Amino acid sequence: MAAGIIGYGAHIPRRRIKVEEIAKVWGADAPSYKKGLELREKSVPGLDEDTITLSVEAARNALARAQIDPAEIGAVYVGSESHPYAVKPSGTTVAEALGATPDCHCADLEFACKAGSEGMFVAYGLVKAGLIKYGLGIGADTSQGAPGDALEYSAAAGAAAFLMGDDDDKLIASIDETYSFMTDTPDFWRREHQFYPSHGGRFTGEPAYFRTVTGAVRGILGKSGMKPADFKYAIFHQPNGKFPKRVGKMLGFTMEQIDTGRLVPTLGNTYSGSSPLGLTAVLDVAEPGDRVLMCSYGSGAGSDAFVFTVRPRVRETRDLAPRTRWLLDEHVRYIEYGEYAKLRRKIRMAE
Amino acid sequence: MRDVAVIGVGMQKWGELWAKSIRDIWVESALMAMDDAGVDHIDSMYVGSMSPGLFSSQEHLESLLADYLGQHHVPATRVESACASGGLAFRLAWMEVASGLSDVVLASGVEKMTDVSGSEATHALATAADMKWEGMSGVTFPGLYAMMAVAHMHKYGTTRQQLAQVAVKNHENGSKNPRAQFPMRITVEDVIHSVQVADPLNILDCSPITDGAAAVILVPADQVKKYKKPGVKVTGSGHATDTIALHSREDLAAIRAAAIAAEGAYRMAGKTPKDIDFAEVHDCFTIAEILISEALGFFEPGQGGPAAEAGWTALGGRIPINPSGGLKSKGHPVGATGVAQIVEITEQLRGECGPRQVKGARVGLAQNMGGSGGSCLVHILEVM
Repeated sequence: MAAGIIGYGAHIPRRRIKVEEIAKVWGADAPSYKKGLELREKSVPGLDEDTITLSVEAARNALARAQIDPAEIGAVYVGSESHPYAVKPSGTTVAEALGATPDCHCADLEFACKAGSEGMFVAYGLVKAGLIKYGLGIGADTSQGAPGDALEYSAAAGAAAFLMGDDDDKLIASIDETYSFMTDTPDFWRREHQFYPSHGGRFTGEPAYFRTVTGAVRGILGKSGMKPADFKYAIFHQPNGKFPKRVGKMLGFTMEQIDTGRLVPTLGNTYSGSSPLGLTAVLDVAEPGDRVLMCSYGSGAGSDAFVFTVRPRVRETRDLAPRTRWLLDEHVRYIEYGEYAKLRRKIRMAE
Repeated sequence: MRDVAVIGVGMQKWGELWAKSIRDIWVESALMAMDDAGVDHIDSMYVGSMSPGLFSSQEHLESLLADYLGQHHVPATRVESACASGGLAFRLAWMEVASGLSDVVLASGVEKMTDVSGSEATHALATAADMKWEGMSGVTFPGLYAMMAVAHMHKYGTTRQQLAQVAVKNHENGSKNPRAQFPMRITVEDVIHSVQVADPLNILDCSPITDGAAAVILVPADQVKKYKKPGVKVTGSGHATDTIALHSREDLAAIRAAAIAAEGAYRMAGKTPKDIDFAEVHDCFTIAEILISEALGFFEPGQGGPAAEAGWTALGGRIPINPSGGLKSKGHPVGATGVAQIVEITEQLRGECGPRQVKGARVGLAQNMGGSGGSCLVHILEVM
């Protein structure tokens, strides 16, 4: 029996900061950052927004589309590299807020930017195995970039949630194939008690992101016997605007296939939410029968790739919750670096 | 003193060689040189490497590399003269063969620069400046060469376009070199509109950070018939130093050490600048190639810029400079650069350079430099 997505939802904070505003503070060359990263602005979470609240918002939107009883959710996985607590799960709060407790398996996942797709993968696997009726996989982050570091221009906030199930009449998109690719490639890391991550500079590119994403995509194409032209849409992890375009070109995908799910130029890198949010934007506009490829990437390093086939139910459900492009483009509020520094807790307060 | 010839060369494609360590890349090029020469044993070896300690946390490099090359117990020496380390390794190898002490000597250079962050690499390179008076004041090499560029522009009217033309020409040459790190072609507009590093130098005026190695085998000239390939004779060697602090020089718009090293090499070879068919020079920054082309006597002081703009230094020009693509396009793993110049000159004189071949080349000159000109090596090589 086919299993896959029966509900999806996104959430993006309203605040944005432009590359120019950050560059101005550090005396950096904004045009070269914009050109080099193909990035114009990024989302900024408010003081009352964190991985848990973003996850709840996105999951409620997924529930609105799935129209199921939350008590039937048998597993909740929150993937993030910015879980608010080092010890104490995010997933319990999320599951409680949704009404999925207590008859539920729950875990927090972490694999840099890949944790969201891991939750999707595990929830799908449990449904497929018949162990649970519905499973929820969430990718959410309020990621941190050190002040003045290249990462500060891209580290953003957002969440995407996917309810997995195998009710044929509920399927929005079936999952036809999965493939994961993983090696020990330390290109980006943050140790316990460190506030900001460290990264290997240019090492994060060729030997890390490009090797891993091309490895995963070539793997799933081989496993499924498909070729790039078989897909209407392709979504790649998007740490900046350039990487998904370049990796798509390397693999033989066109810009038409990539652009719908490439949110990063005005969203920034939402880490665990990155490629999952791209998938929500694609499902917002995809038509029944469309084939969709998604490939995440997490530093360290690994990728999860999925092949989806969109089902007719996509049309009935897409307007039951806010569309992702609406969240991205409407009611946006631009802030200056001072407010950004406050919201991101970069200002040392009196003790 | 015996005449000495280069009989084998080795060098891999340079770039960000993430999957290889300093010993891997060096052994690879050394084996290529030994294979090219057709030798399975060397009497002695020299390794030019500027700072394996800061770049790779590895000192005592010479013995490590001799071990990994499988040449146990051979005398091995690491030499350091900042970015001129490779040229100096070559000169010492040449001296050892010329003196009659050894018959088969490996001269090599290596630097593995991408295992540290950009700021750590900048610091490692900056230690080639006078750390007390330059480094501790915050100046690094782009800043020092920018000051030399401003001085040259002020004194002689050298233009931004002329500087850019050096980079354009070297990338054009590098596009014909399969071993170049950045083989893309660029335009004057690209250079002028690239990100500024230190006014007036932009990023496309600067040589890159590179992983790479190069190696050559030297033997007595009268023994070349024993080997696989035609020998290329080393007819001139010059070596000079200068203050490493730029502010201690009389003239910021000239590199005296290059002129003095060149005089020594010309005198030994019995040549003048007019006899040179092509040159590989140390274009760590675009202004450096202009300064050096004047110091070597190819052009009058102040005429290096107009000469570059007129195309005189391009392939097919009066005196082709950096047919390999130079440091700018081929890459600049600092310790390896001076030896890579000898690799290019040897291959040019053997007529092996394909689309970037300097037609009818019989006399080539290599100029390798440390810091802002605190050390300089010049070698002249000729077809035998």
